[in-house]
Amino acid sequence: MLVYMLRRVVQSLFVIAAMVVIVFFGVYLIGNPIDILISPDATLDEIEATKARFGFDQPIHVQFFQFLLQASQGDLGRSFVHGESAIGLILHYMPATLELAFLGLVFSVLLGVPIGIYAGYRSQRWQGRAIMTGTVFGFSLPNFWVGMLLILIFSVHLQWLPSTGRADTITVWGLQLSIFAPGGLKYMVLPALTLALYKASLLARLARAGTQEALLQDYVKFARAKGVSETRILFVHVLKNILIPIVSVLGLELGSMIAFAVVTETVFAWPGMGKLLIESITKLDRPVIVAYLMLTVLMFVTINLVVDLLYTWLDPRVRITAEPT
Amino acid sequence: MFSGKHIRSAVLVVAGIATNSAFSGELRVGVAAEPSAADPHFTNLGPNNQLRRNIFESLVATDDQQRPYGQLATSWRPVGPTSWEFKLRKDVKFSDGSSFDAYDVIYTVCRIPGVKDSPSLFTTYTKAASRFEVPDPHTLIVHTEGPYPLLPIEFSSWGIISAKANGIDGKAIVFNKSGCGDIKYPTTADFNDGKAAIGTGPYLLESFRKGEGVRLKRNMGYWGKAPQWDTVVMKPLTSDGPRVAALFAGDVDMIENPPLQDLARVKANSSMKVVQGISNRVIYIALGSGPDNHKGISAPDNKNPLKDVRVREALSIAVNRDAIVSRIMGGVAVPAGELLPAGMFGAHPEGQMKPPTYNVERAKKLLADAGYPDGFSITLGTPNDRYINDGEVAQAVAQMWTRVGVKTSIDAMTSSTFFSRRNKFEFAAYLAGWGASTGEMGSPLKALVATANKTTGYGATNKTGYSNKAFDESLARALSTVDDKEREELLRETSRTAMGDWAIIPLHFEVTPWAMKASISYKPRVDQYTLPADVTSAK
Repeated sequence: MLVYMLRRVVQSLFVIAAMVVIVFFGVYLIGNPIDILISPDATLDEIEATKARFGFDQPIHVQFFQFLLQASQGDLGRSFVHGESAIGLILHYMPATLELAFLGLVFSVLLGVPIGIYAGYRSQRWQGRAIMTGTVFGFSLPNFWVGMLLILIFSVHLQWLPSTGRADTITVWGLQLSIFAPGGLKYMVLPALTLALYKASLLARLARAGTQEALLQDYVKFARAKGVSETRILFVHVLKNILIPIVSVLGLELGSMIAFAVVTETVFAWPGMGKLLIESITKLDRPVIVAYLMLTVLMFVTINLVVDLLYTWLDPRVRITAEPT
Repeated sequence: MFSGKHIRSAVLVVAGIATNSAFSGELRVGVAAEPSAADPHFTNLGPNNQLRRNIFESLVATDDQQRPYGQLATSWRPVGPTSWEFKLRKDVKFSDGSSFDAYDVIYTVCRIPGVKDSPSLFTTYTKAASRFEVPDPHTLIVHTEGPYPLLPIEFSSWGIISAKANGIDGKAIVFNKSGCGDIKYPTTADFNDGKAAIGTGPYLLESFRKGEGVRLKRNMGYWGKAPQWDTVVMKPLTSDGPRVAALFAGDVDMIENPPLQDLARVKANSSMKVVQGISNRVIYIALGSGPDNHKGISAPDNKNPLKDVRVREALSIAVNRDAIVSRIMGGVAVPAGELLPAGMFGAHPEGQMKPPTYNVERAKKLLADAGYPDGFSITLGTPNDRYINDGEVAQAVAQMWTRVGVKTSIDAMTSSTFFSRRNKFEFAAYLAGWGASTGEMGSPLKALVATANKTTGYGATNKTGYSNKAFDESLARALSTVDDKEREELLRETSRTAMGDWAIIPLHFEVTPWAMKASISYKPRVDQYTLPADVTSAK
């Protein structure tokens, strides 16, 4: 177990190091942030002085070395745009993304799993086929389009829900969250639904395949012979047995939901990390981009680890060993 | 991945729907760009300056035509060739109750050069001041090293903070251009969390939350005309489609920069309207006429044809500005004959400086006279996400140039790449825009046309290598003439010199639209700012 964990940590350190090098030099190649950030009215002298203050007059390898030196002390630098610590900035935007991803995940499970199980149960009937056709749309409709459509229907036409933004937050466990704030959910429903649609389709397909397979198993026949109700068979016995692939996919998808909610956040003007990332990229805000990606890699590694540990709990047959898989 | 166009067309599907929420004391504005700090001196860029003007005021301010008027100063005048005297308003209090005087101005000027981590310091607009004199607390004399007619207008660019509110006795400050000694200043974070956001403006900062927006509330002790709205919310809605959708959904009362494609949709809705006005921003094409050869040009004689004034003229008159304005800009632009629109300081009155007449035959003849009967090839660089329809405009220009024999290819890119490459002189010709932040002709002329020179500080955005001695002298004369009337005449003359030498090709002036509920109104500003205090309910 310990060896396994250690191997994971070392692997992820390599990934982070490679990523930092690529991003650092890549952003440098695109251009100099001061060219975009400084007022056009600044004189040549002021432009040079500003570049020197940020260290952009140094050759790239010197800048990189300085970055490494600081990073080794836990300082990933300050945002060129905001003048705040890059990590602090990301942490400021993070709760919004986390709560949105969490709600999106809940929506996708609540929607996808029951629908999928039902589709598996009725796989040869029209209901099952209709659901499968529906999931194709869930997969293929682009996020921004779904988001705009939801805004058009629920915000512009029906005026039930706000189109963009986030409710005023309250402090919960030291985090600024809006999900528990009065009216907070109203703002979250549409973006969470947009995020959930793709995942729900994925889960529905997984659940359907699992259910179809499980229904042929002896324990189902036995339960039926015993007179257990169909609902109980499906949502207790079958569900338990199809959970493993669902949990592993969910773990990965949670990661991608947090890291890549960029489009949804942009459409709904949701003040999350994705929006921060996009804006940092357009302004070449290197410290924020690097810190964001490092954090993302870290998050994926952690989630994968948690998923592996969850397996052992869900399925006692799975054992984590030091052997590479 | 993310296509604005699709979103826009989705919005077009929306039928107009009336949104008559009850009139309240709150104004909600959807802004197109977010300020990076509530610190008035953190960075000298549009979104920050727009927020600043609600909370912090300046000695001189500018109206919707960017003409200067007294804000915290009641009057100003030159007293001698190198000094300006400002008479300050006496009844003004900061929002913490401390009263405003000349020492607050000096304290502010002292803080500006040292703002930590600032990507764009306001020193551009304070460095002219070499010495201050305070005969009485409500009179301020500013000394400059040479004649400096632009001092009052430059002092309109930064907001004044209180010395007393930050625990400093203003009288004790010894001003020194290179640093006022060890004085305590509030940090940017102090402004962002509201602690130091103590100004004299019509609004107080209630909250500043990155990504989520700004909340302002009325300053009850405001010395001037009270604004109409008790509270103001400025919500950053940076993508076009969602911003328009938010207006249609009734989530905001007004938005900045509705995309041109949606203007008709907003206008067709009886509960909404669009106001628009010309801006101080000119879209131009700069010609790399400096170097002897340029890697973006290939001419039969291996020289740089752009050095020939006839070629520059040909390229300018080969462009059909009216067609660009009507077909690509949807009529929401005005063809340009110089770098600042008529009516602004130093620009020619309406009709006196018409856009060059479109003439394909003459353009061809000029090229032949210059020794290029078969033309040459050139690459035109352009950003494609910075100005309204910038990429499309460049495409049109390329076709028009190709029609007269100058084979033009387009190199379009995102603005972060574009400006870095442009500043490295990589383009033989490029399309860009210039907003005259001081509202007078000197601004575009000294930035874009003047010879790049570190001593004068001019030519910072002249990335063409263009250099014209007669022009530089004329400009220097204009910019050191303190008398307004005389200076305006000299600026016009300098502009004629630049246009006569076809130094740069002005294309059009952008027109700025705002979309809002029919129940409110806003007077368009040439500086493109959205100032909530000037938004009123429609009569």
